Amino acid sequence: MEAARVLQTGETVIAMAGNPNSGKSSIFNNLTGARQHVGNYAGVTVEKKEGKLIHQGKAYKVVDLPGTYSLGAYSEDERVARDFILKEKPDVIINVVDASNIERNLYLTVQLLEMGANVVVALNMMDEAKEKAIHIDVAKISKLLGVPVVPTVATKKQGMKELVVRAIQAANEPKREALKINYGSDLEKELKKLEDIISSHSQLSQEYPSRYLAIKLLEEDQEVYQQVKAIPGTAELLEQSEESAAFLLDETGEDAESLIADRRYGFISGVSKQAVRKRISAEQRLSFSDKIDKVVTHRVLGIPIFLAAMWLVFQFTFALGDPMIGWVEGFFEILGGVVGGWLAAAGASDLITSFIVDGIIGGVGSVMVFIPNIVLLFFAIALLENSGYMARAAYVMDRFMNTLGLHGKSFIPLLVGFGCNVPGIMAARTLENKKDRIITILITPLMSCAARLPVYVLFVSAFFSQYEGLIIFSLYLLGIVMAVIMGVIFKRLLFPGEVSPFVLELPPYRIPTLKATMIHMWERAGIFVKKAGTIIFSVVVLIWALSVLPWGVEPGSKESALGQIGSFFAPLFAPAGFGSWEASTALIFGILAKEVVVGTLGVIYGVGEEGVVTAIHQLWTPLSAYAFMVMTLLYTPCAAVIGTIKRETGSWKWTVFTMVYTLVLGWVMAVLVYQVGRLFGLS
Amino acid sequence: MKPLWFLGMNRTGVVREIAGGRGVRKRLTGMGFIEGVTVRIIKNDNYGPLIVSLGEGRLVLGQGVANKIMVEEVG
Ligand SMILES: Nc1nc2c(ncn2[C@@H]2O[C@H](COP(=O)(O)OP(=O)(O)OP(=O)(O)O)[C@@H](O)[C@H]2O)c(=O)[nH]1
Repeated sequence: MEAARVLQTGETVIAMAGNPNSGKSSIFNNLTGARQHVGNYAGVTVEKKEGKLIHQGKAYKVVDLPGTYSLGAYSEDERVARDFILKEKPDVIINVVDASNIERNLYLTVQLLEMGANVVVALNMMDEAKEKAIHIDVAKISKLLGVPVVPTVATKKQGMKELVVRAIQAANEPKREALKINYGSDLEKELKKLEDIISSHSQLSQEYPSRYLAIKLLEEDQEVYQQVKAIPGTAELLEQSEESAAFLLDETGEDAESLIADRRYGFISGVSKQAVRKRISAEQRLSFSDKIDKVVTHRVLGIPIFLAAMWLVFQFTFALGDPMIGWVEGFFEILGGVVGGWLAAAGASDLITSFIVDGIIGGVGSVMVFIPNIVLLFFAIALLENSGYMARAAYVMDRFMNTLGLHGKSFIPLLVGFGCNVPGIMAARTLENKKDRIITILITPLMSCAARLPVYVLFVSAFFSQYEGLIIFSLYLLGIVMAVIMGVIFKRLLFPGEVSPFVLELPPYRIPTLKATMIHMWERAGIFVKKAGTIIFSVVVLIWALSVLPWGVEPGSKESALGQIGSFFAPLFAPAGFGSWEASTALIFGILAKEVVVGTLGVIYGVGEEGVVTAIHQLWTPLSAYAFMVMTLLYTPCAAVIGTIKRETGSWKWTVFTMVYTLVLGWVMAVLVYQVGRLFGLS
Repeated sequence: MKPLWFLGMNRTGVVREIAGGRGVRKRLTGMGFIEGVTVRIIKNDNYGPLIVSLGEGRLVLGQGVANKIMVEEVG
């Protein structure tokens, strides 16, 4: 579909490929100026992102492929990248290579070249290479690889102009020959046999570069194998490829895949010998990052440091954010007053005035109040990601996760889930093992996302204003603990077996640039604002309508449609201490979006943030308030998350399962909190 | 030869054999971790994952993986 669209418009497509942390997102941002996520732990770019590059009055489509180390269909990311290159045939690929770690990065480059892709190399991080006293002869590399190579420093926008010029130039040139690495006589003989068969098959030779396909088959790449198998008349080829692989194993004692990888790295080290000079050998140097890591990843200190970092994030979010809340509140109060005044002057009926002032302005305002907290939280998370600390957190947590039978990388989606569960669940794509991935997706909704924050802030300001940080921190912690416990249970019951291997790259620490952090922050906060503007707005209107229907009832009373729905479910929550119809109604609507819980209470209890706090203070107890916050944290995730789970797992079974188990868990925990609290005489 | 897991802090070894499933080997290959490369242990607490230095990069390897990689200690 995508390809068809591209063909139709005749648009030139530039794809960007590169290792995680090579600076691909930074270059993408520079080229397109798009608001775009920039992260610093391996593999955060999981979505295909597009942008527009304007050069000399012409528009070009730029597609940011997921960051990958290889194109072996080992993970979802690799498959996405590879399929895009093979099927959609971008006009040119900008391959971002980290110059400070060039050998490893070239492994991907070599694979791109073997596919016959039209590549322009952006040799990024030239500043870091220089710092490490790595000298690279750019012209030489370009000659050895047979493609243009442009040195760049993405963070300082160096080399961008030339990169654009070279990429566009390459896009307009006829496609070059695929790189041919000499795989040695044994392998070459087998490759030749396969290539001959491929060339004689018209569909195959049209869809795949023949040498590339032959290599993939020898590597026993399952995906390619299946794709070929689906094409009629390929039985002979597959038979031959199996025979060849078996022969090579017999002859050399190694499987073809290792032999091929060895040869590729051999080629790369040849290139490196001729074009790269290092003054100090890498093994001898203890870098600045290593020194920081000595402390940060310390076996004893690691976890307290991690917890302290999280604590700081929350302090930052609230200590700085709370004063700003007043401004937003003030704004909506004034707005409500002014609009109310106009409406009265225009002779609007009470109903219309109530709809606009209480329903719309009050409802949306009660949610918008939390924008400062949310923006600050995302800013802090972006700082952690861009500095490189996130990967360390995954390392530190792996010890802990592993004893529980979970994968250390599961922690990354969970951390992102703090901001919003949707990108968190999407970040689970970095888990290569399907079982690990599903477990992670199932437990990510337990992470306390930013949308739940408004609910806490509301109840905390009614009852626990002196202990704000502590109470909110305890909820975040509860979310983590529950996620871990459920993870262990799911692992034992649903997916018994070994934990899949933990391999992760630790990027060097980098001072995060303000720009990258801001882009990152705005992108995520933007999701919240958009949500507040659309979903929340419509829900608030719906709630308001239900609160005044049927005609003639006291708005927002128990007799209204809203009250009746809530009353129906209320007895269910009596054991948890919040058996009021108001609470049940809020929870029901909270499934549409968690922050709606606040808006709903706002509509029911009267108006605006202040009114709600007073109402809650009178009608709730600290204990029932805490139980309600626990429920809000754990119960069925919001509609957006449910949709994401369906998309990511591709299964209604897991989606419904998540909805149900979280609901049960939330109820059980809320009841537990309330009943145990009562035993201790709280209430 | 011994599993990478038993290589002490700051020790250097040459990777001789990578056992284990195809998936792990593929991942390691992509990261430059192949037979014949030299690695140094940056961190080994005998508990939790290792941090190894490979060329310019730093990799974290879980205990399971580290046990399947055979190295020959050098230096
Ligand atoms: N010193 C230096 N830092 C850079 C350069 N390019 C990018 N960075 C930084 O490197 C980090 C990673 O950059 P990204 O653009 O997020 O890299 P990526 O390849 O998109 O990484 P993923 O998002 O993990 O796929 C960020 O902190 C950037 O600010 C560069 O040329 N020099």
